[in-house]
Amino acid sequence: MHRTTEDISEPLKTPKTFRVALVGSPNSGKTTLFNALTGLHRKVANFPGVTVDHVEGSLQAGGRTIQLIDLPGTYSLDPLSVDEAVTLQVIDGRMPGCLSPDAILVVSDSTTASRSLAMVAEVLELGLPTALALTMVDELKARGGAVDVPALERTLGIPVVGVVGNKGIGLGDLQALLGDASRWTAPPSRLQLAKPIDLTRPSARLVAVNEDESAIAQRFAWVDTLLKRSFTLPNSERTLTDRVDAVLLHPVFGLFAFALIMLAFFQVIFVVAAPLQEAFEGAVTGLGELLRVWLPAGHAQNLLIDGVIGGVGSVIVFLPQIALLLLMVQLLEGVGYMARAAFLVDRVMGWVGLEGRAFVALLSSFACAVPGIMATRVIPDPKSRLTTILVAPFMTCSARLPVYGLLIAAFIPAARIGGILNLQGLTLFGLYLLGALSAFLAAAVFRRGLLRDKTYPFYMELPPYRFPTPMVVLQQAWRGVWMFVRKAGTVILAVSVILWALLTLPLSDEEAEATKDLPAAEARAAHLEQSYAADVGRFLEPAIAPLGFDWRIGVGLLASLAAREVIVATLGQIYAFSGDEDDLTGLGDRLVQSEDAEGHRRYSLATALSLLVFFVYSLQCISTLAAIRRETNSWRWPAFAFSYMLAVAYVASLATYQVASALI
Amino acid sequence: MMKYTPLPTPTVTSNEPIELSSLSVGDAAVITSVIQDSTMRRLQALGFVPGTAIRVIRRAPLGDPTEYELRGTRISLRKNEARRIRIQLSA
Repeated sequence: MHRTTEDISEPLKTPKTFRVALVGSPNSGKTTLFNALTGLHRKVANFPGVTVDHVEGSLQAGGRTIQLIDLPGTYSLDPLSVDEAVTLQVIDGRMPGCLSPDAILVVSDSTTASRSLAMVAEVLELGLPTALALTMVDELKARGGAVDVPALERTLGIPVVGVVGNKGIGLGDLQALLGDASRWTAPPSRLQLAKPIDLTRPSARLVAVNEDESAIAQRFAWVDTLLKRSFTLPNSERTLTDRVDAVLLHPVFGLFAFALIMLAFFQVIFVVAAPLQEAFEGAVTGLGELLRVWLPAGHAQNLLIDGVIGGVGSVIVFLPQIALLLLMVQLLEGVGYMARAAFLVDRVMGWVGLEGRAFVALLSSFACAVPGIMATRVIPDPKSRLTTILVAPFMTCSARLPVYGLLIAAFIPAARIGGILNLQGLTLFGLYLLGALSAFLAAAVFRRGLLRDKTYPFYMELPPYRFPTPMVVLQQAWRGVWMFVRKAGTVILAVSVILWALLTLPLSDEEAEATKDLPAAEARAAHLEQSYAADVGRFLEPAIAPLGFDWRIGVGLLASLAAREVIVATLGQIYAFSGDEDDLTGLGDRLVQSEDAEGHRRYSLATALSLLVFFVYSLQCISTLAAIRRETNSWRWPAFAFSYMLAVAYVASLATYQVASALI
Repeated sequence: MMKYTPLPTPTVTSNEPIELSSLSVGDAAVITSVIQDSTMRRLQALGFVPGTAIRVIRRAPLGDPTEYELRGTRISLRKNEARRIRIQLSA
């Protein structure tokens, strides 16, 4: 739907629902205000074709329903990034599936008015009914500033309300304004700092902005004049923030504090998430056992328990960890520390063509790449962000640990080097290091080749330290958790069922007859040898033999496509291991001792090293692929990530096996 | 660790515009011009426009980026971008 200048310059009739778009810069308190106004009447929605999502909510005021649209935080409406382009498209009514707003509420941080009001100038150029919400007016006053709201209203010709979103100050006035149709008129005179824009021409605005380079400077000059009449600017000293930053950004203490905070970050994730994870695992197993009792035995029961619950369950057990990570990331972001961490390490990240904000994403990926990939949203430069997404899965995630644990315990001697260093521990550390170094190396390669782009500037706002609004932190974290759960319900479910079918089919009565007297574990192992998965494994064997893998490992690799740690359970099935899952030494011993028909050991130390290296590099994780799909909005990048990481894994394992076999 | 201390730079006395990146921590200045290209356009929306007062707050421990204060906000830029903004020292 396109608007014409005629129908927007007339006062609005009172429609049943009145749609108001909230625009404002990041850290302007826009989301806090949105939450305070709409409460829990909200839904997160995606725009088609882009990765930007927005939140819609509603409230009742003045006898009518007001629909609020919370758009992404942007510094301008200049469509230079996806966020800005989306914001502009929604306002213009060019966003498919999203009704154009009837009016715009600009949310500006009053403490940074000399920058944030430039957005008002830009919005007034559009000529839509507009109002201004000035946030954090309490902070403005505390820092010696003041705003003359009536004077500002007179100069701007639009309603202005001073608010404090998290304390509810000014909310009543704002609700009254939203409910009063007579106050929502188009501005008396359309501000024409830039060339007038015809909104009916889709690309008109882009052209107009590009033609007039000084438009932005003019907007700021307009703001400066405006401020002289109605504002007392706050003291530029930020007492609390300055005092905290004197320590946290100190060349020595700052780095020390940084290390401590990151350590605490991990402690929380592993210490708090571990019992939650165990509880989740218990619940998944319990549900499986319950269904085994309730449902009649047969293939349907089998599919549901081993395929659906076993498969999805192996992925869903990471939920507590993912949720905690997302919560911690949002908390650090909300407090304002994330930008400080990025400020401290930006130089180092710059060596490989990344930026400071990529650090936290990569750090999160040490636990799980899914929240790490979601955390890349704070990186404005699209190619820098994509690079971070593509290398994050190299960081050693917790799903690799069971695999590393099994193989290291079984194949690496528990020798001590120099009487202190344990060789097994050293191997684990080496694997972590290999993953991290590979991520950085890959980033450097991408930024010099495929994703080379030096046109995007590095800029990062260091907002004052604030206590984040708990509700906003929880909601932001919940959005990530919900996305993961939705993927687990669709993509991961589908893959789990396919993998189950490969590992279970074909079903033959003769075989069931032949193995019915064997113990359950032996029968399962015999059945697995006849499965399609085994056929695939045998088919793959010539290709993976140079890596030191036989078809059984091939089956394990295939099964671990769902999640890396599944290979442990699959090898357990193949080797008819029926012991306690928490004590894997039994399975490790079986792997070490297993012999082929001629009595040779099937797996050497070289095989184990090769398999470890394979797991360092290969993207055996459907959740990560789904997250990449979600964040890049295409199947091209997850396909690319999977292929290049598989290629690296193959070559690295081949080299490891060949060199290790020759040396040992 | 001993740090290499460069010779003190002579105080700029002329009104010739200099690069923002050449300021020291604590210096205050006014932006006179910004190189016009697509890269720098993004910074203009943050308030990096001629006539804006700017102050150097601190440098990161490794020397880059640098935190600036302008228009009531704190923004960090790398040397690479700061070199393309010209300023005049405030009295």
